[in-house]
Amino acid sequence: MKIVLDGLTKEFENKKKNSKVIAVNNVSIDIPSGTLVGLLGPSGCGKSTTLFMLSGLLAPTRGSIVFGDKDVTHLEPQKRGIGLVFQNYALYPHMTVLQNILFPLENIGMPKDERIERAHEVAKVVQIENLLDRKPSELSGGQQQRVAIARALAKAPDVLLLDEPLSNLDARLRLQTREEIKRIQRETQVTTVFVTHDQEEAMSICDVIVVMKLGVVQQVGVPQEIYDDPHNLFVAQFLGTPPINTFAGVIKKGGVYIGKEKIMDTKLPDQEIYVAIRPEGFIPAKDGVLTLNFDHLEVMGRERSILSTHESSLKPLIRSIVEEFEETGAKSYKFNLKPHKVFLFNKETEIRISDDKVYDAPVVMKGLEQVQLEEKKENAFQKAWNKCKGVFKKKEKAEEVKENSEESKEK
Amino acid sequence: MEAKHQWKGWIFLAPALILMAVFTFYPFFKTIGITFLNGYNPLKATNQTFEFGIQNFIDAFNYPKFTSCLYNTIIVTIVTVPISTMLALLISVALNSIRPLQKILQTIFFLPYVTNTIAIGMVFAVMFSVIGTPSRFTTVGVINTIFGTKINWINISMIGGSNASHFTRMFVLCVYIIWNALPFKIMILLGALQSVNKQYYDAAKIDCATKAKTFWRITVPMLSPMIAYVLITGFIGSFKEYTASVAVFGNDLNSIDMNTMVGFIYNQIALAEFGRAAAGALILFAIILVFTMFSRWVGSKKVHY
Repeated sequence: MKIVLDGLTKEFENKKKNSKVIAVNNVSIDIPSGTLVGLLGPSGCGKSTTLFMLSGLLAPTRGSIVFGDKDVTHLEPQKRGIGLVFQNYALYPHMTVLQNILFPLENIGMPKDERIERAHEVAKVVQIENLLDRKPSELSGGQQQRVAIARALAKAPDVLLLDEPLSNLDARLRLQTREEIKRIQRETQVTTVFVTHDQEEAMSICDVIVVMKLGVVQQVGVPQEIYDDPHNLFVAQFLGTPPINTFAGVIKKGGVYIGKEKIMDTKLPDQEIYVAIRPEGFIPAKDGVLTLNFDHLEVMGRERSILSTHESSLKPLIRSIVEEFEETGAKSYKFNLKPHKVFLFNKETEIRISDDKVYDAPVVMKGLEQVQLEEKKENAFQKAWNKCKGVFKKKEKAEEVKENSEESKEK
Repeated sequence: MEAKHQWKGWIFLAPALILMAVFTFYPFFKTIGITFLNGYNPLKATNQTFEFGIQNFIDAFNYPKFTSCLYNTIIVTIVTVPISTMLALLISVALNSIRPLQKILQTIFFLPYVTNTIAIGMVFAVMFSVIGTPSRFTTVGVINTIFGTKINWINISMIGGSNASHFTRMFVLCVYIIWNALPFKIMILLGALQSVNKQYYDAAKIDCATKAKTFWRITVPMLSPMIAYVLITGFIGSFKEYTASVAVFGNDLNSIDMNTMVGFIYNQIALAEFGRAAAGALILFAIILVFTMFSRWVGSKKVHY
């Protein structure tokens, strides 16, 4: 089923602090039917909040959610036809695996024979047929996760929601289960929204990735497209392992400079910029355009990485993955750069700039900052109290100033 | 290393163990001993011995008010424990689901627990009392006034009228015991409710469960260890019920057949019939033991720890 989010916003009010936090800010996404969409972002970016609004467990402050042709913004979770896999699975501990899977079927009033047949069918899809009589506490993390997916899939939901389902698994199991999620999604063709903070996970299984930061959608696209064409510095830095190398640079008279070296030509006007270069964008060459100070060489199986330093780099070490490299004992090496692996960003806005395309800033609701602490109107009592505090502060400051001036005089 | 320092553990336990030995273990075994000594009396003459036998049990069973005491105790237990547990469960779920005034209501529901049993009993007695004659009531009491009835609930006799029936007296006693037992149970169950992970309720919502279904299939099983605890302590407590009866009906319980097993034991001690009292205590102990074992057996099948 197709999902359309339009201007979805969620504000959390903190009554004690008299402030408001905007967890999700004006999120508008179209999710085509049958796709696996990944909501990707660092913790606190509002991806789980968005998912819970999709599920109906949280009510949005503004905006609308449409499943297919039906507006479900104010519909209860029971009536939305969704399956949700919780981060820690939330399997009912007092029921066996089979009872857990049967519970939603029982609630939608499926006849007994049919629901047992359906439960076995779903169990087969997620390969837990031999575990049906066990209690959740007798299962491993990966098995619990599959039971949770089975429970969510059992009632044939129109939309499947997964809240960081792999975060509790060890690295190996994670690889295996994410393939499994992809397989199950392909087999069932259910529209799936998948929340994760792991960009590799998102890149490997999602059809479409939505990158979020502080409640705002930064970029939506096919994984490879987002990797090859990031719209802003955050997206460029968040995606890719090893991470992208960022330098402070300038554009002067049609040339892009890092330090004193001109690395490429451009038609862009003069300005201060960030230059981000993917690790695989470096080619060692004697007549190279960029000189890096050699630190050490790292060989890891099929990969050879040169770790080097540069005064303009934002991070202490620059990593470049190269195919051929001969260590000559020199202190610095020159590199040529692959142009499609080099991205330029405006220093202030951190938005991508390029010769042949204009990039837009992320869409934020008018009058709302990305995360905004909004003071409510003070009541009379608070006003008086704040005045009192103000007076004290002024006094303290005055005294401090006095002391300071006296000290300086003594000196 | 642990084995080396075991004596330290015993020293820490010693104060409690000594007190329990003196006031619990010794009396317990002494009572069992007394039960089987026919006509036991501590004020025995020198060299007097008591014959070993089960005469005390026979005496106890043959005592005129024994059956009525046993009957009352069992009725009180069977009626009040399930009802008060059910009510406590409903009230605690209701309390847990409201946000405003929750703290105040919690306090209100807990008040009976810290109020004197006798005082509450007297208030109940007043509420159910009827004063006057059937032809001309001075007052019919708060309860009769509220429900527009003129039932003689508990009074011994009205001038020109009949005594209150055993049924109405039992009814008042049960209402009183249920009301008195609620606070503790509500407190335990509310605590258990608040420790249930909210995510299970979210999961139940996603699984299309109705409110009632969520209650019976999620809440009750999650609370089952605490419900079992409340039931078992409730059974034990109500088998030992005596103060409630005294609080509502006063000291002379035998004449109106409202005495309980513990009352029976106290009466026998007052009559210096220690053998009979001990026999009564052992019978009560046996009943409680059987009931508790039964509850645990049921619990092992229904309770999800």
